[in-house]
Amino acid sequence: MVTHLNSSAPALRVEGLRKAYDDVVAVDGLNLQVETGECFGLLGPNGAGKTTTIEICEGLLTADSGSVEVLGRRWESDADDLRELLGIQLQDTQLSEKLTVDETLTLFQSFYREARDVGEVIDQVELGEKRHSRVGGLSGGQKQRLAVACALVGNPQLLFLDEPTTGLDPVSRRGLWDLISKFQAEGRTIVITTHYMEEAERLCDRVAIVDHGRVIALGAPKDLIEAVDVSHLPPPEPRKTSATLEDVFVSLTGRTLRDE
Amino acid sequence: MSERVPFPITEEMSRREVKPQLRRGFMKSSMVQLTLVRFREFIREPEAVFWTFVFPILLAAGLGIAFRQRGPDKVQIGVVTTGPGSSAVVQSLQKDSTLIVTTYDDSAAALALRTGKVALIVVPGSAKDSVHYVYDRGRSEAVNARLMADRAVQMGAGRLDAVRATDTYVTEAGSRYIDFLIPGLLGMNLMGSSIWGLGFSIVTARSKKLLKRLMATPMSRAQYLLSYLASRLVFLILEVVTLVGFGHWAFGVPLRGSVATLFLICLLAAISFGGLGLLTASRAKTTEAVSGIMNFIMLPMWIFSGVFFSSANFPNAVQPFIRILPLTAVNDALRANMLEGASFAAISPQLLIIVVWGVVTFFAALKLFRWR
Repeated sequence: MVTHLNSSAPALRVEGLRKAYDDVVAVDGLNLQVETGECFGLLGPNGAGKTTTIEICEGLLTADSGSVEVLGRRWESDADDLRELLGIQLQDTQLSEKLTVDETLTLFQSFYREARDVGEVIDQVELGEKRHSRVGGLSGGQKQRLAVACALVGNPQLLFLDEPTTGLDPVSRRGLWDLISKFQAEGRTIVITTHYMEEAERLCDRVAIVDHGRVIALGAPKDLIEAVDVSHLPPPEPRKTSATLEDVFVSLTGRTLRDE
Repeated sequence: MSERVPFPITEEMSRREVKPQLRRGFMKSSMVQLTLVRFREFIREPEAVFWTFVFPILLAAGLGIAFRQRGPDKVQIGVVTTGPGSSAVVQSLQKDSTLIVTTYDDSAAALALRTGKVALIVVPGSAKDSVHYVYDRGRSEAVNARLMADRAVQMGAGRLDAVRATDTYVTEAGSRYIDFLIPGLLGMNLMGSSIWGLGFSIVTARSKKLLKRLMATPMSRAQYLLSYLASRLVFLILEVVTLVGFGHWAFGVPLRGSVATLFLICLLAAISFGGLGLLTASRAKTTEAVSGIMNFIMLPMWIFSGVFFSSANFPNAVQPFIRILPLTAVNDALRANMLEGASFAAISPQLLIIVVWGVVTFFAALKLFRWR
């Protein structure tokens, strides 16, 4: 897990980020630094402020206070450049059902100056057979992969994936993991949120556990697991294996990740 | 597209500069792609195609046939045959071929009049030289029946005309109901497809968070909105040609003005209503909400702007309000062009109203537009 700490500025730097909605403080003084070339996981229960944080970093929301620097640029002054350089997959987007996979990606491709080849991206997310099918006829997992393809087609330097594997079958999930690993191997950066601990353990160089709008734990999954004190947790079943990231999470937040 | 100012890249972060737009084929440009998407979304929605192209023609055909020009109207009259002089009266009436005479006894005659089967009841008097008419003075066809029946009765009894009269019958294309209707339907269709076409698909994109997703790309917002107008213009030509062509071919609706001016009116109307459509779609978050807003905007114009009947039927006090409605201006301009052959200069006041509506609504929409 080599990170490129010395090669360049951090891919993402978030300082003192705050964002309140009408009745709730979603992000409450959050700090974060993601290095270039890193795969960084944002974990936390629903409502912890992950999506709000990501959407501020994506330029879709404005923060109440705090500063965000993405790829050394700021949204206030360099929005146009940032939109070229970021690849984004949102949790709740429904792409137009009447277009085909190919047409959807050709549309997204047309927005970018240095876009990738549509066919190549389609193959990468394994939608080759569905290339000329309407989006409305795709399964949930296929739609999810198309959303990731839309994020990749602009040839981004930094990829934001918000729960990309939710609802995917195990094979598709592994396919997406490979894709993320390859993206990272090219020296690019990924920020991912997930509810699956084994996914975070496997993919992420470092994770931040977020609750109530703050980072409550930060580090490599291995280090967090070593540091956790599982003695006070009721063991769900007798087991011989060591603690998992799931245990870290439960011990810190008192909740399981998948309670929805 | 405007050139973006290159971002100054410092030495330490020279990972990747944002390069200028690569040369890309015309078909792969974002403006063309966005317009193609609008196009595909429309033609892959069979209902939309039906309401835009087929429905106005069905409506025009139905109304055109229902209100077609016939020969002289036949007048239904009833005669009460209980009096002594009735056979002579019936004979006189039957000589007039425009009268259809039915004979009744007393009570059946009253019922026929009440139910509208006949417009007039003729009651021959007890004396040979008298006749009595029963009819509703407020109904013009009843008054007409009274005049025609009386003439037949008087002539049958030997009256001679003091002045010899002859007639020439004319039917003028351009003055029939279908001639009035086709420009009105065209105006209504231009309004409906612009407002529905923009309003519905923009709000759908917003409610599905697709708008939000697009905002995260470098897509030009202006191009996104312009793509709706661009695709509208393509369909506009089809709309105008099908409806006007149908009216002209099936009913001989005249095209007395310049066809170029006709297209210009339609073009300005489509763009102007596009602004109105954008405004209706600017904030609504759900398609239900936007449907309500669209009906609220369009319903008054369907009624007041002279689609199916002349707006002159409304009282003078509301005429200034009716005149400034965009659909009134469009319908007036279309009728002046098609039916009267009015010049561009003659319809410029209407065109001005259309343009002002377009400009005001477009800028208001941009100001209010919610991109997420």
